This record gives sequence, structure tokens and C-alpha cells, in this order.
Amino acid sequence: MDVLKKVPVREQDPKVRATNFEEVCLGYNEEEAREEASRCIQCKNPKCVKGCPVSINIPGFIKEVEEGNIEEAAKVIALSSALPAVCGRVCPQESQCEGQCIRGIKGEPVSIGKLERFVADWSREHGIVPEAPEKTNGKKVAVIGSGPSGLTCAGDLAKLGYEVTIFEALHEPGGVLTYGIPEFRLPKDGVVQPEIDNVRKLGVKIETNVIVGKSVTIDELLDEEGFQAVFIGSGAGLPMFMGIPGENANGVFSANEYLTRSNLMKAFRDDYDTPIVAGNKVAVVGGGNVAMDAARTALRLGAEVHVVYRRSEAELPARAEEVHHAKEEGIIFDLLSNPIEILTDEKGWVNGMKCIRMELGEPDASGRRRPVEVEGSEFVIDVDTVIMSLGTSPNPLISNTTKGLDINKRRCIIAEESTGKTSKEGVYAGGDAVTGAATVILAMEAGRAGARGIDEYLSAR
Amino acid sequence: MYRILKAEMLADKIYLMDVEAPRIAKACQPGEFVIVKMDDRGERIPLTICDYNRDKGTITIVFQTVGASTEKMADLKTGDSFEDVVGPLGNASEFVEEDLEEVKKRKYLFVAGGVGTAPVYPQVKWMREHGISVDVIVGAKTKDLLILEDAMREQAGNLYVTTDDGSYERKGMVTEVIKDLVNNQGKQYDVCVAIGPMIMMKFTCLLTKELGIPTVVSLNPVMVDGTGMCGACRITVGDEVKFACVDGPEFDGHKVNFDEAMKRQMMYKSEEGRAILKTREGDTHHGGCGQCGGDN
Repeated sequence: MDVLKKVPVREQDPKVRATNFEEVCLGYNEEEAREEASRCIQCKNPKCVKGCPVSINIPGFIKEVEEGNIEEAAKVIALSSALPAVCGRVCPQESQCEGQCIRGIKGEPVSIGKLERFVADWSREHGIVPEAPEKTNGKKVAVIGSGPSGLTCAGDLAKLGYEVTIFEALHEPGGVLTYGIPEFRLPKDGVVQPEIDNVRKLGVKIETNVIVGKSVTIDELLDEEGFQAVFIGSGAGLPMFMGIPGENANGVFSANEYLTRSNLMKAFRDDYDTPIVAGNKVAVVGGGNVAMDAARTALRLGAEVHVVYRRSEAELPARAEEVHHAKEEGIIFDLLSNPIEILTDEKGWVNGMKCIRMELGEPDASGRRRPVEVEGSEFVIDVDTVIMSLGTSPNPLISNTTKGLDINKRRCIIAEESTGKTSKEGVYAGGDAVTGAATVILAMEAGRAGARGIDEYLSAR
Repeated sequence: MYRILKAEMLADKIYLMDVEAPRIAKACQPGEFVIVKMDDRGERIPLTICDYNRDKGTITIVFQTVGASTEKMADLKTGDSFEDVVGPLGNASEFVEEDLEEVKKRKYLFVAGGVGTAPVYPQVKWMREHGISVDVIVGAKTKDLLILEDAMREQAGNLYVTTDDGSYERKGMVTEVIKDLVNNQGKQYDVCVAIGPMIMMKFTCLLTKELGIPTVVSLNPVMVDGTGMCGACRITVGDEVKFACVDGPEFDGHKVNFDEAMKRQMMYKSEEGRAILKTREGDTHHGGCGQCGGDN
């Protein structure tokens, strides 16, 4: 074994997986996991833990894996994370825990994400479930949204003895884990559902089909339904569009719509009723993780797929692993290109997309080099479907219907980072609803902070 | 589960159901809508709230069968259940939120076309409950497709019924009735609320613009989640792109780009057609469906 390199993880062959929705990465088996775990040098002052938003005792659980005590490893992770099977799959480890790993200086860092995933999958397969507290403290807390921040907040509060009810607007819990991230990255029945069930086993109730702000307001939850505190983890669900001509043509979708049809409504399966336009040639506009998810979904539905991004490869905001997987599967990257118009036929269907070449100028506020149009370089891509993946912003439903809840210019709820405390008494918030679109793990960190804030608030009463 | 307490056919392909949905019944207002899903594999389908009973915790929905999913829904009987009903969605009609005294000063004309009679009904009822008498025009293709006539007559100040083929009461389109009321009967209106097929709303708006009557329309484009997430329901109003689910469903009819909205509506009509084929042909159905890349 080469100690400088990660134990390779088994993956589905790119040619095969490009035609199915099964999970791409197959994960470690116990032998591989223990071998990889042995690469950890058990730093006295582990930087990886500092790189983890929820501060999992990483060397601690890896030590248990190395010694073959997988159940113990699971307990170590459970102290910090309610969704390890999810995080092991979708966290950007390269910029967090693994980015800090000392092993990474000379060789490859320890494959912390894949080890976390192994431990979580192993405990699910071996029927290990979290234990609910014996007695509740009789205090009721409402959590709005069942995505990563809501589930984490609810799980933490339930462990502390609170009676927690999660209100979910959609018909299935999970938020972005359910409607956003595709099956081939995060299996729904195999991974997401069991993690949600684990939160339920802690005593958390989940009421679906409740749109807080419409079906019931926060004030009603507090004044009429007996909740003593509320955590808002309603995410950032509203898709942005470019505002270019032709954007309302038939065959232009937001990535949210495309992914919701495929992931939540299971349109990719014959035995579900919801349709999806597969497209022959699809352009996905944008370069983030969501763009990669939409592109790889369209590819699996049978299309030739182009990712159209206005900067160069180095600036792609998507995780390196996602870009790498997309390329392996045959996604074509049209970089330094920006759409300026969507062309349509007489029936209003997309039949092309006019773009302009870009070059990189001086760095902008984000520190990335700003793309500038190259004059006279317009060209047309021959596509019949366009998927816009330009980011999302928070839904104003809750802030519009809750008196005394302050938001900022970007319509994000203003909340203290360490406690989730908002401008309204008893109301806490975290995740994308506060930060704008970010990652699963940052939302979990905010959910955890919110649980801390609510516990302090209700303990003092 | 959301139990169906009553299910009846109002006319050919048009159905009415009373459904248990306590949270929605408590919160809903005229102008809003719900999304229903029949079973775990069903589509999410946006539907009008036609009526509600806050004490009993029920809402009344009305729908027309337009595709495989709504056809399947039409088979549901009293005692059956929907797996999911979510709402209320969208915004209440403007007058619900306005100062009642201001609303009372205005003369309202409601224009309902076909199954659009259902969303007009709770608005007219609200007006009656607040002591406001309004004129209502209901148009249907033919007598047999006229719905909610008696209920509407009870709530309306004046009810004018017209059928395209003249099989009942007046003959002609709703626009003919508007012209008659304004030009021949000396009626004056401050606000028109028109709800029905896209083409009917378009022509009503062209006329009311000419007559100088501000007009509100209610749009029901394709949507998936109904909470602002998918953006499938985007429409152009004036210079702005709006989402019907969170910005509407009611808009200034004189600013709506109906031609674009109609093109967008057609997109899924054809796919829905394929879904019908699939249910009819069962296992023998091969190709041409939404899943196999055979569109366009």
C-alpha cells in the first residue's frame, strides 16, 4: 500500500452509470475502510476537526474504524452529526476536513468523507438506531423545514428532551436532500429516508404539507398551538433567471424544476405520473453543484448535455469530484461562454441559444477574475432544452407573514451565527434561509447553533 | 390522508369534492388555491378552492379532467382519500386585504368562464357576506357544461348566464354580455374580475381595456411545488417575470402577456396527452412518452 495515496474507492463505470440513476460511488467495504483508517496519523492537535463545521471528533472515530469497532465509531460521529450518511456523500471535504489533513501536505489526505460514509452505512445496515430520551421536558418547539438545518436542530433538541414538531411544505421530508440532490449522488430510500427515520426515532414528529406563512403563521404556532420557540430552516428555494430574451420559452427550466421533477416526483421512473422533458441537446447554464446535478440528470435521461459557464474551469464553483464525475460521464463543458438570448421556433419551443465568448479580466469582489464579453464573438449553440442553474434566494413567505422578523437586502433572515437568534423573541433561524444558498453541512452547523440558542432561551425561562 | 366527504360530477368531465383539510379550511381566503396529490406516485396538481367550511374543517375543490392524473382523480369516491393536500397557496384576492369601506364604494363585475366559475364563486360569496351586491356573468360552451348556477344565483346581485351555442339563456361569449351591460344597459363598473380559459380572459381583457375597466385575472399555469421553488409557472406581466404561485395567482389582466402564457400552457398539454395514451394502452404503450426522450 502506498501510504501517500488514498485507498481507491469503487465507483460504477462511467459508461454504465451514464444510463442509470444508481449511486455513482460504491463506498468502502470494512477491509478498505480499516486500511484507509490506518493512514490517519492521529494528530495531537487535529486540524481536520477545526475544518469540520460541526466539529466531529475525526481522529476519534477513525481510530475506532482502524480497530474494527465500527459501532463505537458511529457513536463518536453521532455526538456531532445527525446525518453522517448524507455528509459522507455531499460535504465538500476537500475544502473542509480533508483540506486541513496533515497527510495532504505530502500526499493525499485521509479519505475522511468516505470513512464517515462507511461508518454511517455500516450502522444502518446493522440496524443501529439512536436512542430517544426516556422523558421529555414538556417544552414544545416548532421547526420549519425538514432539510439539513431543520433535521439537525430537531434532532439535537429532541436529544435534550424537547417535544419537537417539524413542519414541511412539501409532501416528503428532507428538503434539498429529497428534492434537490439526485438519486445517483444521494439515494433517497437507501440513505435519506433512514436518516430522517433516525430523527423520528428520537421522538421528533414531522407534519408534511404545512406551509408556514400560509397554512399557519409563526405567531399562531407560538400563541395558539403551544410552541414555546420556533426554528426557521426554510432554505433558499426561489430560483433565479438571467432576464435574457426567450427565457420563458417552452423547454427552458430552472434547475430546481428539473431536479424537483426528477428527484421528488421521480419523473425519471416509468411508474410515477409526473412527466419531464428529456431533451435531445440540453444546455445547463451555470457552474455550481446544482448545475452538475441537473446536467448529469439530463444525461441519464438520454440527452447530449453542455454545461455553459461564463468563467473558466478554475472558477467552477462545483466540487472538483462532481466536475470530474460529470466529465467522465460525457458532459461537454462550454467554458468562457455566456448566453445572451434563447431562440425559439414558431410554437415557442427552444431551438437554439445565442451566446457570447468571454475572457477573464481583473479580479472582482469575490476575488475571482471577472468575465468580460469579447466583442463580436456571438455564436449559437444548437439546443432544444435549456436549464438555468444560477442560484436561488430565500422564500419571502415567512418573513412577509411574521411581524418583527428582520431580513436583509437579499431577503435573508437576520440571525446571530452562534445561536440563530433573530429579531423576534423565541424565533431562531439558520441555514440557507439566513445565509442564502450554501452547503448541507453549513446548514447543519446552523441547525446545531439554533438548537443551542433555543435550549439556552427555554432553560432560562 | 385527506378524506373525501363528498364527490359528485357537476357536468361532463367536471367534478366537485369536499375534502377534510382542517389547516387549509381555517386559513384559506378567496383567490387562493391548493395542490393535491392522489397517491405516492401521483402528480402534484394545483386546484381551485371553490368553497370552505371553517367549522367542519373542509374545503371544496372543483376540477376538470384534462390528463391522466385528473382522470384517475375523477374515479375517487366519497370515503376515499387524497394522500396529500397542501395549501392555501397563492395570495388572497386584493379586496380581501383592502379597507372594506373602500371596497364597498366600488362596483364589481365578475366574469366566469367554464370551470373558472369555481374560483369566482368564493369571491362572490365573500362579497355577499360583506354586504356587497355584485354582477356576475357566467359563460359555458353549452347548457350541460354550466356549473354552480344555483349556488351562484344565491350569492350574486345579478347573474347573467350565457352559452356559446345558445342552448340556455343568452347566446354568445361572455364578452357579448359585457358589451351589452355597459353599452346598452348603462352599467358602470370600477373593477372586473375575469377567471376562465386563457383565451376567454385574453379577450375579456382586450374589451375591458377598451371600456376602461381595470381587470383582474387569475392564472393557473403549470406548476410543480406551488411555493415558488420551481419557477414553472412564470409569466410575463408588464415588463416583469412573475411566478403565478407566489406573486399571483391574480394579476392585472391588462398587463398579462397571454400569448406567451398560452404557448407555455400547451407545452404540457401535449405531454399530458401522452400520459392519457399510457393509461389507456397499459403495457402495450411503447414510446412517445415523457420519459423516453421522444418529445419535440
